[in-house]
Amino acid sequence: MSDATNASPALLDVRDVSKAFGAVEVLRSVSLQVKRGEVVTVIGPSGSGKTTLLRCVNFLESYDSGSIRIDGKEVGYREAGTRQRRSERDLAAMRAETGMVFQSFNLFPHLTAAGNIMLGLTKVRGKSQTEARQIAEHWLGRVGLAHKADSLPAELSGGQQQRVGIARAVAMEPKILLLDEITSALDPELVGEVLAVVRSLAEDGMTMLMVTHEMAFARDASSRIVFMADGGVSAVGPPKEILAAETSNERLRTFLARFRASHF
Amino acid sequence: MASQILYALPFLAKGFALTLWVSLLVVTLSLVAGVLLGVGLVYGPAPLRWAVRIFSDTIRGIPILVLMFFVYYGLPAVGLHLPSFWAAVLALTLFKTAQVIEYLRGAVASIPKGQSEAAMAIGLTFRQRLTSVIFPQAFRRFLPPWINGVTDAVKGSALVSLLGITDLMQAINQVIGRTYEAMPLYILGALIYFAVNYALSLASRRLERRFAFIRE
Repeated sequence: MSDATNASPALLDVRDVSKAFGAVEVLRSVSLQVKRGEVVTVIGPSGSGKTTLLRCVNFLESYDSGSIRIDGKEVGYREAGTRQRRSERDLAAMRAETGMVFQSFNLFPHLTAAGNIMLGLTKVRGKSQTEARQIAEHWLGRVGLAHKADSLPAELSGGQQQRVGIARAVAMEPKILLLDEITSALDPELVGEVLAVVRSLAEDGMTMLMVTHEMAFARDASSRIVFMADGGVSAVGPPKEILAAETSNERLRTFLARFRASHF
Repeated sequence: MASQILYALPFLAKGFALTLWVSLLVVTLSLVAGVLLGVGLVYGPAPLRWAVRIFSDTIRGIPILVLMFFVYYGLPAVGLHLPSFWAAVLALTLFKTAQVIEYLRGAVASIPKGQSEAAMAIGLTFRQRLTSVIFPQAFRRFLPPWINGVTDAVKGSALVSLLGITDLMQAINQVIGRTYEAMPLYILGALIYFAVNYALSLASRRLERRFAFIRE
């Protein structure tokens, strides 16, 4: 483990982050902490800002105010409060510390499964080809795809592609893994194999922030669940509390009722 | 008749060599300039983007012949005297560059945004994203129209004969002037142009297969 004496107790510390696309406020003063080893799941109706929040954490999106710190270090801007973007080089270095898995996989189609994983290891981490290949094979083994190392993404099923996507992200040994609706583009029968990989990473103590519509998985795998509505955090708590049918939060109750209605 | 044409073959070969030389110069120079300006058009700061956009739209709106006459007969008015050979090469290169810019822009634009984002997410810098993720994919889409453009450049090079340069076209016309054998000589010329371009399109098909993402 890395040093536990860090000043900030939360590995990810999101404070009062707001963002607007034109007149539409997509994030309203969102605050959220994720501790080392925690799995925090963000749920909420579509358009509630979940994905935008995730994309702000590795600065694929900028935000208008507030602060996002990982391990005590401000993410996209030189200092909290200023809107001075970090340099391109700095941003790249920051992003290398956060892994991201995308809804649409976004594997590099011109590279093999192993090649997808090796790219960041060689270009960003400065590993040799041999070493990168070994790491890639290790992680492909972890996601059950050791035999697919030399396959191109187009030769893999959706579930296999997404498992490569996960391997590509974790092989960089990120401090935190961001999972953005990673099973939403998959056929129902392929969801299980991907969630099994996420679960095993959680058991290994990987810190994760994920957006998902898989309520059963959120209930079983999360340390805490964050419910977002209209760009703000509407409720935070342990899964049992948040997913309880008799919650006093009206929006959450409506969301869960609608969700249940559409899934049974 | 046959003997007259045989007698003219070395002369025609010299013309052909010049055609290849002009084509090679135009294709190479326009590739370098077009890719650089194309990257400027896609990723550059606003003033550069506007400048490249204006350049490309203007050039593509002018017939090559007008462009060539403008460079050769027009530019001396502002003190730029170019020998006919270089005037022709410059005009053809300008024209081709504008096309390469558009092929590049189209190829890069066709790569989904998720590719850049995935590359950013693993911490690649802008330059690394271009060289390791965007260009290798864009190259595959750039290639077919570009090779098409190369064959156009070979055919279009026949226009330099209008500035009195002895390329294949001009050589053929001169031999016809001496022998009055128009039909066989134009057929011979057509066959030579065809052979070059057919070879190019065969090569392009091989290249496209080589860079396909699905192995066959």
